[in-house]
Amino acid sequence: MTNTPNAPLYPFRESPSQTAGPYVHIGLTPNACGIIGVYGEDLGTAMVTDATKGERITLELRVFDGGGAALKDVLVEIWQADAQGLYNSPAERRGNADLTFTGWGRRAADLETGVLRFETIKPGPIPFPDGRMQAPHINVWIVARGINLGLNTRIYFRDEAEANADDPVLARIEHSDRIETLLAKGAGGNYSLDIHLQGPRETVFFDI
Amino acid sequence: MKNSKPTATSYFTRDRAWHPKAYAPGYKSSVLRAPTRPLIAIGNSLSETTGPAFGDDIIGPLDNDLTLNFARPGESAIGERILVHGRVLDERGQPVPKVLLEFWQANAGGRYRHKKDGYLAPLDPNFGGCGRTLTGDDGSYAFRTIRPGPYPWPNGPNDWRPAHIHISVFGQAFAQRLITQMYFEGDPLIPICPIVRTIADPAAIEQLTARLDMNSSAPMDALAYRFDIILRGSRSTLFENRPEGN
Repeated sequence: MTNTPNAPLYPFRESPSQTAGPYVHIGLTPNACGIIGVYGEDLGTAMVTDATKGERITLELRVFDGGGAALKDVLVEIWQADAQGLYNSPAERRGNADLTFTGWGRRAADLETGVLRFETIKPGPIPFPDGRMQAPHINVWIVARGINLGLNTRIYFRDEAEANADDPVLARIEHSDRIETLLAKGAGGNYSLDIHLQGPRETVFFDI
Repeated sequence: MKNSKPTATSYFTRDRAWHPKAYAPGYKSSVLRAPTRPLIAIGNSLSETTGPAFGDDIIGPLDNDLTLNFARPGESAIGERILVHGRVLDERGQPVPKVLLEFWQANAGGRYRHKKDGYLAPLDPNFGGCGRTLTGDDGSYAFRTIRPGPYPWPNGPNDWRPAHIHISVFGQAFAQRLITQMYFEGDPLIPICPIVRTIADPAAIEQLTARLDMNSSAPMDALAYRFDIILRGSRSTLFENRPEGN
């Protein structure tokens, strides 16, 4: 009886998030944490094959806390389009994405250095809902001990200055000096970005 | 140039007062890991409304049975044998079919198979602690495991986690991605746990508490707990005629 004023319009509410905790690796990267033999390989390890089209890149990320320490227990997932700007997803209805490219990667930080390294391709541009084009970007989802709800951010590329200048998402960032926090720097296909959860260099996080 | 209807679906806005806040000082690790600047709202573009899909080919026959998937031949994990089952639905109540769920947990004594866990309780040689499954066409899922034990953790001087199972869920979009924890009905550690208490609304805590389900238990084998998982609803139906309905 949704016409009854006090009845909820929709039957359910989203399950509330909880932290992934320090042992997230057991569930999401068991082979990397020494639990061998349950799964063949950890999901999200290989994004590309030899047949994947596009410019091969490596992406090295680190995530820092508000005290300036790199998180050693963080887990990051990335999601991105193929070289043509299409997603390898059932929800992609604009065309057929490159099926040799998963678009999705998952890494746990190195327990000693905190580095997360992805081998992928540079994504093509994606339309925004209003038809404008977004600059090439990679969606990032960060979970860890101490993070109660996964954090969403994006990686853009410093060498795509022209596209970045027209990007409708970057244009939403009122304090434009903060755009810098989303730009991976690099040369020769090797990009890196430091993500700061808190403090003067705090990365822009999105409510998506 | 012709006019065309927008192609992007979008998802119900997250209620960030229902979810735990980033900064929740009772849970000490959150203090230096919480952004202090406001999140920038960007809504959903195709980057957020698409997401990876996984096929049955990745799921092995024992992946949803934590009592057996790490056990030596002829043996199984020690502990209270349980079945956990439920449905993955969205906020409209629609089933979310063919999405990946991943689980991880401590053993019956509260010890994790992880080199950073130095708790005195011993490892169980027959228990790894991870499992996964895909939801069925009706959004249903099930896995078999042992009930995990509570364990102490260095937060307050005497803090203990309630028995819990971590659950990671993929929806049909990257915007629905969620990790949460499942607690067990009647556990007196729930209301005093600083991680549980990052959630302000008691109804939200209740939503993370699995109920004992005698009707689904396996007599002389395993008790059952029912745990439904709700993902963000989709806004797509009203203006778009999608082949899969909503």
